[in-house]
Amino acid sequence: MAVKKISKVQPERFEFNKKNKETADSVIKNYPSGKQQSAVMALLYLAQKQNDNWIPLSAMKYIAKYLDMPYIKVYEVATFYSMYNLTPVGKYFFQVCTTTPCMLRGAYNLVDVCKRKISDEENRLSEDGKTSWLEVECLGACVNAPMLQLNEDYYEDLDPIKLEQIIDKISNDEVPQPGSYRGRLSSEPENTRKTLIGNKNA
Amino acid sequence: MLEDKDRIFQNLYNDFGVDLTSAKQRGDWKDTKEICGKGREWIINEIKASELRGRGGAGFPTGLKWSFAPKEIGSRPHYLVINADESEPGTCKDRDILRFEPHKLIEGCLIASYAVNAHKCYIYIRGEYFNEGQKLQIAIDEAYKDGLLGKNSAGTDWELDIYIHYGAGAYICGEETALLESIEGKKGQPRLKPPFPALIGLYGCPTIINNVETISVVPTILRRGGKWFSSLGRPKNTGSKIYCISGNVNNPCNVEEEMGIPLKELIEKHAGGVIGGWDNLKAVIPGGSSMPLLPKETCETIKMDFDACVENKTGLGTAGIVVINKDQDIIKCMARIARFYKHESCGQCTPCREGSGWMWRMLERMAKGEATRDEVDMLLDVTKQIEGHTICAFGEGSSWPVQGLIRNFKDEIIERNKFDPIVKKQKDIPYLVDQHLLEKENA
Repeated sequence: MAVKKISKVQPERFEFNKKNKETADSVIKNYPSGKQQSAVMALLYLAQKQNDNWIPLSAMKYIAKYLDMPYIKVYEVATFYSMYNLTPVGKYFFQVCTTTPCMLRGAYNLVDVCKRKISDEENRLSEDGKTSWLEVECLGACVNAPMLQLNEDYYEDLDPIKLEQIIDKISNDEVPQPGSYRGRLSSEPENTRKTLIGNKNA
Repeated sequence: MLEDKDRIFQNLYNDFGVDLTSAKQRGDWKDTKEICGKGREWIINEIKASELRGRGGAGFPTGLKWSFAPKEIGSRPHYLVINADESEPGTCKDRDILRFEPHKLIEGCLIASYAVNAHKCYIYIRGEYFNEGQKLQIAIDEAYKDGLLGKNSAGTDWELDIYIHYGAGAYICGEETALLESIEGKKGQPRLKPPFPALIGLYGCPTIINNVETISVVPTILRRGGKWFSSLGRPKNTGSKIYCISGNVNNPCNVEEEMGIPLKELIEKHAGGVIGGWDNLKAVIPGGSSMPLLPKETCETIKMDFDACVENKTGLGTAGIVVINKDQDIIKCMARIARFYKHESCGQCTPCREGSGWMWRMLERMAKGEATRDEVDMLLDVTKQIEGHTICAFGEGSSWPVQGLIRNFKDEIIERNKFDPIVKKQKDIPYLVDQHLLEKENA
């Protein structure tokens, strides 16, 4: 089980902006009437996006009222799932997958780069305050290992040098192209494709 | 080897594009109305005849599962739920279906919903697959616009609405009842079974839950006939399957192949061989991290299907093949998997909550050579205390890989950890200390 830390500094108020309110209302409609609690995960996610990538307690209280459910039930959900950040993270949030399939292909070399170029410790902001990193469990892109997730995008087939270049770009507020860094467009084998040959030439 | 014309996922590598027009050119949405017109009985019988087994890991016969849904809609609505919470380490097949073959999934949802009397379908996508989910949403919107979903879906007179529900990074939500809890807006902790979801599932209503790949192959099976599908592979292990080959191979890839293809062929032919050559192979995890690993000798001969894997004391699982070569430290690899399970245990059952941490810490010490020779047996005992004593199969999933390691590499562990029990030397016994004192924050 993961232990989740709650930020000591908390904003007093939280409210959805107009656009997120509309999105929230349309998400609630996806579920049967009276089952609006189902939307709690989506609403927490919206709150996280609106509030610079983390969820303050006031947002949980706001969502509890919004969905007419006990605050503690929202808290329970927010602390259970690993993608909800309950403390501030960087505007650019690197999540490096280090589970065995990625580890076999050198994921810990990427971790070393993060330690060197972002911050010594997980979840601590870089010096310019824009970036932080975290080791995470399998992100489900094992044939494109090693890989990491930067905010919502996957960066695949990495090596330490390419990651350094990515971090350099980020520190200039340039968001590098997501996807494979060996030019793959899917999970087909490089060079030696033996199947669906006819389609390739189509 | 499977012929290209028999491959279901023609766009696995995105050669054609994913929009509705190109999907239709590949044959998706062809005769959907006629298929549904043949009736529920026919659909379920045809799927039974195809001997399709669930592709999510457990391999439960799909036709049989569908037949558990009540025949008529009673006072409670029925639901179809698609499990796209792909998080088993080594597995990334559903991701490619979501991003490159979304219309196969959507069409499959319609047919399956029709067969189990569901008017609503939820697709539970892991939160990290945000972009894949967006691509699927585009495909769903296209389908609505084209009249393939909605009030009169594809002219079948059947009303179906499909919604995407994003997870938020919990492996356990791939367990079907935890997934239902998660859709209901709770923390994802598995439910006791029975009652089974087919009768009491989402919101207490009859619910059928299937994996993405299972549902996506359904339209093709019904178009080409259950007989065609069952002619591939061997009885009870029929059809084709997407294999994901990752780890120490030259060309890691996803590939759709016939059920029962030799593991060696998958690695050598499709994945470009083991890095350093076949003789450099140490072990292979054949079905995602939950399945016990296979030593090299078995890898020479084993065929990749459900029953052959069980005969070799492992399982096909999700067919996520992780190749480990001799350049790696096998104990370290398994310790990392144990850490994964420690991190992902939902904490509901004590054997799993505590045991997953025990296994991880013992393996970490064994990797460093800090354990004693007696502790290998103790570790095996811990796995036996977890296995079978938990609500869901996570207990098995976390203990089997450790058992597989001990079964196949016990000598190697003992070789590294061969001194006498530490108690004799009056040292601390770290695994008896409260685990929270040992872990980093947010570990």
